[in-house]
Amino acid sequence: MTVPAAWYLVLAAILFGIGALGLLTRRSALIMFMCVELMLNAVNLTFVTFSRTLRDIGGQAAVFFVMVVAAAEVTVGLGIVVSVFRRRNSTSVDELAEMKG
Amino acid sequence: MSLTIPSIHYLVLLPTLILFGASLLLLVVSALVRRPLRPAAGTAVTVLASVATLVVTVAQWRDIDRHGASTTVAHALALDGFSVVATAVIAVSLGLAALVSHDWMNRARVVGSEYHVLALASAAGAVLMTQANDLIVIFLGLEIMSIGLYVLVAFDRERTRSAEAALKYFLLGSFASAIFVYGAALVYGATGTTNLSSVAYFLGSNVLLRPGLLYAGGALLLVGFAFKVAAVPFHLWSPDVYEGAPTPVTGFMAAIVKVGAFAALLRVLVSALGTQMTTWRPILWVLVALTTVIGASLAIVQRNVKRMLAYSSINHAGFILLGVWSGTVPGASAALFYLATYAPVVVASFAVLTLVGGEGEDRHDVAHYRGLARRQPWLGAALAILLLSQLGVPLTTGFYAKFSVLAAAVDAGGGALAVVALLGAAIATVFYLRWTLTLFAEDEGDVDRVPVPPATAIAIGLGVAVTVVFGLWPGPIAALTQHATLLFTP
Repeated sequence: MTVPAAWYLVLAAILFGIGALGLLTRRSALIMFMCVELMLNAVNLTFVTFSRTLRDIGGQAAVFFVMVVAAAEVTVGLGIVVSVFRRRNSTSVDELAEMKG
Repeated sequence: MSLTIPSIHYLVLLPTLILFGASLLLLVVSALVRRPLRPAAGTAVTVLASVATLVVTVAQWRDIDRHGASTTVAHALALDGFSVVATAVIAVSLGLAALVSHDWMNRARVVGSEYHVLALASAAGAVLMTQANDLIVIFLGLEIMSIGLYVLVAFDRERTRSAEAALKYFLLGSFASAIFVYGAALVYGATGTTNLSSVAYFLGSNVLLRPGLLYAGGALLLVGFAFKVAAVPFHLWSPDVYEGAPTPVTGFMAAIVKVGAFAALLRVLVSALGTQMTTWRPILWVLVALTTVIGASLAIVQRNVKRMLAYSSINHAGFILLGVWSGTVPGASAALFYLATYAPVVVASFAVLTLVGGEGEDRHDVAHYRGLARRQPWLGAALAILLLSQLGVPLTTGFYAKFSVLAAAVDAGGGALAVVALLGAAIATVFYLRWTLTLFAEDEGDVDRVPVPPATAIAIGLGVAVTVVFGLWPGPIAALTQHATLLFTP
């Protein structure tokens, strides 16, 4: 039995949605950060699926770029989270209320 | 099995290589020497790199004159007049911002060269965005630019707000990037390629029976860009980040992010999705109307000048989007003209804010500007000119910039939208004029003069010179941007 490609796309869309929803609703910077990673991996799944259905290697190559960028983002993002944590002993974004938009 | 290596035209890559090379050079040298490098070393390398980039853009321009626009590295990068002019604008912004940062670093006692390393890398990413002819390359440029800026925003270790702003910018910025790259994946699924010229070719020669995938992808790309350029309703991060970031970084960020993101947006919408113009125009219509009017209205209620300029830059983003909305060749060159004249003005404006803000950046209230032009006529007059240029007063570049985007929009059948944008400009008049009049008001007397260090003075002077000289005589920049067309236009 083969799994239709559309299922992968739907799964990726659901993962992306979970990530986006989590980013908008959760209040811990670290969890929000993980949600971004989830979104990027949903993108990777989409790329790979399309790469398979289109029989084109370009989509798989794109995944490498997305992974490298995600790794670079982690490095910088964790650095920023640590520097905020050192000041406040908390990673909750609710306490970042010194400026009001 | 053989591997084909794509041919590379190194002249196209040269600006990116210079900026990134200078960044790596500074990084390696500062790792090798025993003591931290003096700020002057970093500033010198950055200014030299930006001048070298400007020289290369001249060579690129002549190359296009002779051989026409072209693509290279397997069509992933484009060399056209548009990318050359945008690259030059980024180089100018980088150089001016480096001069301002130099004095700021001395005042804030920041040692080492990391600041300049990051600024150079960010500028390299912005340049890559202006040249990118592939959605994945745009994504890479966007991330190279943004990751450097996340750290630069957090650079002021003394102020808590700086780190807070960086966290906000980082979370929302990476959210926007994820949305953008998901859009790229969906467009890839719909058209079978991420290359912008191939997307345009595919859409020109095929009729999509089920365009839903393409529309969803295009919409996500648009949302990603709207976040980056801070278009309403995706602007909520920008006032906080502008306020929290060290002031020289704010000016740098306002300039290069706008140039990079708008250049890529124009290439995606006008070149790749030009055939879908009837679909994306109504969405942009709403974005332009909201961005110009709401940006200006929220600026009026601000007391903090950095937030005020943040909302004013949202208002400007609306005007540049108006040029994008036209989707025509004059519209694209009007948007480029706007970017080219806005970038030096915004860097110079934030340079004045850096000086007046003082150490610790606690003097950013409008009240601190009361009587500035009486105490220090030169500094006050410079700020007044910069504000009036942003307002769009005749005889400054701001006037021609607004005029050209409005004219392009009216020609493209957007009379109603042009009226809405003008309404936004009219609302913006209130706070620009109020601030300008504050400069000339009577002060309370015993207020200290603001020290004006030489490097910042040069940067402010150049910004003012650009807006006055080309405001009186806009021919050269106008001619340049009119010849700087995109590689593929419908």
